[in-house]
Amino acid sequence: MGISSEGSIVAGMSISELEEMARKCRIEICKMTHRAQAGHPGGSLSEIDILCALYGHRLRAKPDDPDWNDRDRFILSKGHASPGMYAVLAEMGFITHEDLKTYRVKGGVCQGHVDMKWCPGVDFSAGSLGMGLSFGMGCAVAANIDQSERNAYVMVGDGEIQEGSIWEAAMAAAHHELGNLKLFLDCNGIQNDDFCEAQMRMFDIPAKWNSFGWAVKVIDGHNMSDIVDAIDWMDTVKDKPAVVIAQTVKGKGVSFMENNPAFHGAAPSDEQLAQALSELGVSA
Amino acid sequence: MSRMAATRDGYGAALLELADNPKVVVLEADLGKSTKSLHFRKAHPERTVSCGIGEQNMLLVGAGLASSGYIPFASTFAIFTERAFEQMRNGVARPNLAVHLCGSHGGTHTGTDGSSAQSIEDLAIYRTLPNVVVMHPCDDVSTKELTKQLPSLGQPSYTRTARNKTPVLYDGRENEIRIGKGIVLSEGSDVAIVACGVLVHEAMDAAKALSDEGISATVVDMHTIKPLDTDLLDDLAKKCGAVVTAEDHSIIGGLGGAVAEHLISSHPVPMERIGVPDRFGESAGSEEMLEMMGLKSHHISDAAKKAIASKV
Ligand SMILES: Cc1ncc(C[n+]2csc(CCOP(=O)(O)OP(=O)(O)O)c2C)c(N)n1
Repeated sequence: MGISSEGSIVAGMSISELEEMARKCRIEICKMTHRAQAGHPGGSLSEIDILCALYGHRLRAKPDDPDWNDRDRFILSKGHASPGMYAVLAEMGFITHEDLKTYRVKGGVCQGHVDMKWCPGVDFSAGSLGMGLSFGMGCAVAANIDQSERNAYVMVGDGEIQEGSIWEAAMAAAHHELGNLKLFLDCNGIQNDDFCEAQMRMFDIPAKWNSFGWAVKVIDGHNMSDIVDAIDWMDTVKDKPAVVIAQTVKGKGVSFMENNPAFHGAAPSDEQLAQALSELGVSA
Repeated sequence: MSRMAATRDGYGAALLELADNPKVVVLEADLGKSTKSLHFRKAHPERTVSCGIGEQNMLLVGAGLASSGYIPFASTFAIFTERAFEQMRNGVARPNLAVHLCGSHGGTHTGTDGSSAQSIEDLAIYRTLPNVVVMHPCDDVSTKELTKQLPSLGQPSYTRTARNKTPVLYDGRENEIRIGKGIVLSEGSDVAIVACGVLVHEAMDAAKALSDEGISATVVDMHTIKPLDTDLLDDLAKKCGAVVTAEDHSIIGGLGGAVAEHLISSHPVPMERIGVPDRFGESAGSEEMLEMMGLKSHHISDAAKKAIASKV
């Protein structure tokens, strides 16, 4: 990890280091949901490459001082995909790998949905979809009033953007020209009950964000160099909010979970865990 | 051991039976698999409206359908119905349009999803709305029966169901179940325990434990919180002279609040309320949550003894 000029910590990891971190996080996601026999592996596996890139390449934060006021904020608005975030927080040293065993366990820091009152490094208490972008806007406005360079990064799901409040925030953030508000959209094409196509067609998603006044970039959300480039691109957008629309695969990295609506909110069985771990390169 | 079932399954089964009425339509907000409206969707896709993850829209689409002569049943998690509370208030209750809203996964019994998913205020807020019937049944049989009676009301409703299985009480007793009528499950004269939802079963266990100590308790399943069965409450207050309420809901404003509001001006007696203390829940198993929040049978029996001790 390197210390930047402001005294903040940017991990500055290489592409191969980020890819290895993502592999380790995928293993933890499978183990956590298996241990709890509950939780949301699909959306954790689709978001994980982006989360690793954000924390390992860009986020200004201090794992040993998680409440440092001038940190960048990261808001996991799709808070059910908490195993992904917990795995990253453990890799970065905000929490321990031992803490991961408390996922959905009474008294544990790893609550079912990410919660800022319970877990160090969590900036937003999520669980109700459609709330994080407005919260991120508040963080961005505060940074501007403070005349701070810090950014607010938000992650939402493609099902989640069906919530009307997302579009209230989208309109307001563009109106206020919040160049320090950065959004990732995890477009894995599946929501709770079914494919998004069946539940609520959203037609041209990039055009929607464009027309709301956002800077838009569409990427492959599992290509680490693409993701890192997109995060760098976000830095260059200063006069308006920016959204990276990441095309992803729900359940990415575990064959039987990939693009399978059944693994939105279902845990792997013992056998499925063994298969998942072997696919992720864990030797038996 | 009695049959175990989740009340949300009773809701799903009722919708399927109600489908014989061509005016019945179902609205979903991407949680049909969980609230159990999915069975209706599979059988009657042409009368099922997917609203995506958009609860506010769903409630008002329901209001429009109701104003056009349809009988809409909308469902999502109890907690996410609350996001559309003002739509329910201004768009549904105020014009008295018969939209039937069901909130599943209510209470801390929902478990490891944690505080964001555990609605502990739904009964309180919906109870404040004029025209709205509020119910929280305790088993799948009564949920099915009560849901089937809703279309005859001609007014809006909110029904809370639960995620997890609890013992079934009413197999073969369907004809005892009526909206607005509390059900006396056991008769006693020292104290009346008035419960709803997942705590009805805990109340029954409490009554058994009390009887071992020579205390006889009446247990009532007060599945309808509004309109409240005030005749029954008055009888119980007179007969038993002490009342305990029990609910997997905030101690503020739910069944306990409703019962207290009534008895304070009709027949005040010593009363204790079992409910979630003024705090949010957290991630833990269902039984662990009930224990942590003070909602188990031993908490109820302790409260009963306290209420009895306060009799003058
Ligand atoms: C307001 C609200 N409504 C409903 C839910 C229940 N829910 C949890 S996850 C989910 C689907 C989310 O889909 P998406 O945003 O695409 O997430 P991902 O596929 O990335 O997991 C739903 C409907 C919720 N958490 N919040």
